[in-house]
Amino acid sequence: MIIGDFFKGLFLMIWRVATDQPNPKTDLLAVFPDWAQPVISAVLTVSPILVVFATLFALTTLLERKGLGRIQNRLGPNRVGPFGILQPVADGLKMLTKEDIVPRSADALVHFLAPVVLAVPTMLAFAVIPYGHNLVPVDMDAGILFFFAVGASTELAIFMAGWSSRNKYSLLGAMRAIAQMISYEIPLIISSVSVIMIAGSLSPVGIVEQQGRYMLGGLVPHWFVLTPWGLAGFLIFLIASLAESNRSPFDIPEAESELIAGHLTEYSGFKYALFFMAEYFGMFAVSGLAVTLFLGGWHAPFEFLEIVPSYIWFFAKLMALVCLFIWVRGTVPRLRVDQLLNFAWKFMLPLSLLNLVVAGVWRFTAVWDFPGAVLGRWILCAVLIGVPYVLLGRTLSGSKKVTQRIYRFAE
Amino acid sequence: MLGEGIIKGMVETARNFVGSYSDPERLVTVEFPEEKVPAKENARNFPFLLFDGDDAAKGLRCVACQICEKECPPQCIYIVKSKDKKPDYVGKPQFYPAVFDIDVSVCMSCQICVEVCPFEAIKMDTEFELSNSDRFGGLLLDKGRLAKSNEYYHKIHSTEATEVDARLAAEKAKIEAKAKADAEAKAAAAAAPKPTLKPPGPDSAK
Repeated sequence: MIIGDFFKGLFLMIWRVATDQPNPKTDLLAVFPDWAQPVISAVLTVSPILVVFATLFALTTLLERKGLGRIQNRLGPNRVGPFGILQPVADGLKMLTKEDIVPRSADALVHFLAPVVLAVPTMLAFAVIPYGHNLVPVDMDAGILFFFAVGASTELAIFMAGWSSRNKYSLLGAMRAIAQMISYEIPLIISSVSVIMIAGSLSPVGIVEQQGRYMLGGLVPHWFVLTPWGLAGFLIFLIASLAESNRSPFDIPEAESELIAGHLTEYSGFKYALFFMAEYFGMFAVSGLAVTLFLGGWHAPFEFLEIVPSYIWFFAKLMALVCLFIWVRGTVPRLRVDQLLNFAWKFMLPLSLLNLVVAGVWRFTAVWDFPGAVLGRWILCAVLIGVPYVLLGRTLSGSKKVTQRIYRFAE
Repeated sequence: MLGEGIIKGMVETARNFVGSYSDPERLVTVEFPEEKVPAKENARNFPFLLFDGDDAAKGLRCVACQICEKECPPQCIYIVKSKDKKPDYVGKPQFYPAVFDIDVSVCMSCQICVEVCPFEAIKMDTEFELSNSDRFGGLLLDKGRLAKSNEYYHKIHSTEATEVDARLAAEKAKIEAKAKADAEAKAAAAAAPKPTLKPPGPDSAK
């Protein structure tokens, strides 16, 4: 009887998740005694997240290697399984069976803890992202704040890894990582503050709900990216999130041509795999937040497509962003440290602060009520963000004139 | 404007990405074990021993003079000279190597053995699939594994092989012509009335 109820509850849960219905877990939880329900509920929430994102991680590594290969006119991995689709399995097995080497002079405890401390916050960040209409692991009022709080703690883990390895390359990489992540955390947060200002909410669920309207007969979604401040904020967020997830062109912490592998130098086997996984999980989390803040979360791009389950839209947007990241990685070479920091402090920070002002202007011009008000508002905001962009860009890139080099003493 | 270059670069990489699917000419990858490109004419890695005809034991050009063994900088050649002699390509009796080993794990592919060989007996090969589970015995190539036919030489380095063949043929023709002249001189001497106490000329000493 209980077994029958269990399977009925399980089936109902899967059915309700698949069809976007609320409270998918209730029937399954009713099978269990009261004291066990919170634990079972948490397990039921957490395990799909881990499974889905671990699978996505495996898929993305393959996609990245294939995509980068094609960008460079190569084939990419094609040996394991048809078209190389089993390559992640082979990689995983290799990582698991490799020897775990700890340097003799390393601080063994911190060296061991660093990958764990890195993996935990990246997974915690998944907790507040709304994946679908009724698929929110933890519906927090200050979810965005929570996201940035746990996101910022990854820096500690990276520095732990760099410091405990007792290797100059590890330490250099870790110090670069700290400089980079702290610099880019600020534009990342400020660009999302503009969304928070407009939405008036720190809750990811609330922000997604505000983007659920459609204009012009259901053809234009009310996503924040489709406003002048939203587009600028999205681009700033995207660039800062590239830096936050240590991806090319901001991969200077593990610049393989300069620092071997930065803070990963002394890691091998599954600890290395954990770092690698945490990096990708961080990328998924920050892309998920970008989707939530700017790209309408789980809402469909057109009103008539709302019949498609909401989580499909969320993951489609997430994968689109991941593909964009891979595309950028295949295109842009790595920055120098000084270029990176100049870019963060002299360009990203002023522009993101300005974007706050533009978001405010957008908010208060909403009450304009005269013919052509919409167009005037658009132009005003676009100019407010576009002109400083051009001017700041000019100071950043045009400060040095490239001239013919003269060798005065070698002639 | 800032960001223009990135857009241009992204367009270029996108063109590569799409192009690599639509235009197979773009893909330069040769999937090695299944498809192989023939080695370039000037490719060379390890030495091999040349033989004429079909029988490697009979036609081996090496006369075990051991010059290559002495010149080899990493000392990877080991030769044991035979006790008996066998005829070479012009029919002259010569020693032959009873043992001729090259340790290709030591060989540095310098080609000095090829350059010092006066008999055109050792040449450079293009065979590179030499991986072996036995790193000592498996990479110590003996006479049997080193001996390759002249046809094979023509196949891998045809220009060079043609030139070598022409030179050897010219040499052989010269020797034969000389032998013929000697024989004729001898016959003439035999036909002529027996001279009295003619000292043996340089010809008959040969």
